[in-house]
Amino acid sequence: MNLLKISIANLKEKKLNSFLSALLLTLGIGMISLLLLLNKQLDEQFRRNIKGIDLVVGAKGSPLQLILSSIYQIDAPTGNVPLSEVNSLRKNPFVKTVIPLSMGDSYQGFRIVGTTPKYTEHFQAKVAQGHLYNASMEVTIGSKVARNTGLKIGDTFSSSHGLDSEGDVHGDRKYVVKGIFEPNGSVVDQLILTRLSSIWDIHEHAEENHEAEKHTLGPEHEDEDKQVTSALVQFRNPMGLMTIPRQINENTSMQAALPSIEINRLFSLLGVGIETLRALALVIIIIAGASVFISLYNSLKERKYEMALMLSMGATRTKLFLMLLLEGLMLAIIGFVAGIVLSRVGLWLFSRAAEQDFHYSVRQFGILPEEIYLFFAALFIGLLAAALPSLGIYKLNISRTLAEE
Amino acid sequence: MITGTNLRFAYSAQKKFSFPDIKCKNGETLLILGQSGKGKTTLLHLLALLLKPDSGEIMIAGTSANNLSNSQLAQVRAKNIGIVYQRPHFVSSLSVLDNMLLSNYLGDQKPDKAKATALAEQLGFADHLSKKPSRLSQGEQQRVSIARSLMNNPNIILADEPTSNLDDNNCQRVIELLKTQSASIGASLVVVTHDQRLKDVFSNQVFL
Repeated sequence: MNLLKISIANLKEKKLNSFLSALLLTLGIGMISLLLLLNKQLDEQFRRNIKGIDLVVGAKGSPLQLILSSIYQIDAPTGNVPLSEVNSLRKNPFVKTVIPLSMGDSYQGFRIVGTTPKYTEHFQAKVAQGHLYNASMEVTIGSKVARNTGLKIGDTFSSSHGLDSEGDVHGDRKYVVKGIFEPNGSVVDQLILTRLSSIWDIHEHAEENHEAEKHTLGPEHEDEDKQVTSALVQFRNPMGLMTIPRQINENTSMQAALPSIEINRLFSLLGVGIETLRALALVIIIIAGASVFISLYNSLKERKYEMALMLSMGATRTKLFLMLLLEGLMLAIIGFVAGIVLSRVGLWLFSRAAEQDFHYSVRQFGILPEEIYLFFAALFIGLLAAALPSLGIYKLNISRTLAEE
Repeated sequence: MITGTNLRFAYSAQKKFSFPDIKCKNGETLLILGQSGKGKTTLLHLLALLLKPDSGEIMIAGTSANNLSNSQLAQVRAKNIGIVYQRPHFVSSLSVLDNMLLSNYLGDQKPDKAKATALAEQLGFADHLSKKPSRLSQGEQQRVSIARSLMNNPNIILADEPTSNLDDNNCQRVIELLKTQSASIGASLVVVTHDQRLKDVFSNQVFL
């Protein structure tokens, strides 16, 4: 027999009331925790892939679309630009590296990206098995691609035109898998990387079937009439940021998009929704607090005689007060734990959907530091909601209460 | 052993009581009879240290209860006094057994499950120990509350109208139990009632 046991018995006695209070807390905590998890992991994903990329150039259009398609590989590309224009950027003294990208084909929904070895260097992708592609039509695939498609080293496959798995198949030329990257959490995990020339070859082959192949072995930057989809640019120093974007936008057929600005814009667009959800979650938590308050207040009115009885049996008022606080506290803990579990289930569902649609996964189920604050906030609400009605215990007139009934 | 001398208590200027002196030695019984409004419950609450008298003195087991702090009063009460109320009340969320053990817990005693079961056997509700009190009949509930009042081996048992809601059979049984149980632990038994059925069962009587 102890206070905890009595509190638990009291909670069980009022099953529905306790359930409602805990459920509301669960929903509120679950929503906030899910938002925290998503926010953190999306932010991480976005920032990780953006790191070191100062500028993206591509065909004119929506700058956000250009960033999403070139860095994150989640939107359609804006179009093509001449490789010569991209390469002329290299002459600018502020520019450190230019990584051209050529996209447009896919295999089972995974994008095939033609690029230079700088791309893998930039994302610090290491080859786990086999080796990096080094000739046209050779590919090295990301870990997630390998897992989901079952492709192994030495396998061959035909790409399909377009970025979904429904496109026309380029059946006459097959890619061969030469290596598989280690998983490193960047966009490379979900890509099939190859030389720029592979993409050109495939499309040339499709369009000009009878023309002899000329470009297979030539160094990529010599192909002046070639086109690429976009290019990732790194500056030597921040001064580049001041002049280059304007130059590009005014003097070339390309547009320049700054990833940091576009991503901030995207987040501020999403932010409105996130803020609304967060406010809603807070309201739910406050309602949960009110529910704890009301159910304890009501049950205290009913249990007034019980309290007087326990006082007459030798209980101190503080002991009974603690007993009531314990009830609020337990509801808060139950609500918190269930909320955390709920948010993980939510995250898992979200991740499954995101993986299907975008090949991105958000799968860190650990406890965030913010959730520790959330725990204390839940305890505080539970305590406060229990303490307010329970203070009446200190004013209870034992004799009158016992005599009245 | 409990005594009350020159006890006076006033709820307001109009509603005030002065009580005759009360004395009940260990192992003895005392019946306090009075009609409604004569201050029976007030007297019982004074004796149970739930109310503080305006004047007069209460001695519990040889010590004066005057000048004790509230927490000391609660301790003295938990240790020395078992109370049986007119309507049996329990902590409704706890089982019959836990309600009995509760008086050990609140009186800072070790939970004595053996005593609880033994009492339940004697008072005839051993089958109901794991049930919630609200599922028992009035007579059974009153027996449970008698058993509860005995859990800490009190020096004094105070009963407030213990039989007024019971039929003759149960009345007889409850009073017998109160007398035999208090005699068996050598406690003073003070019964406050207007129930005329009890007149012939007690030799020591005080009229309010």
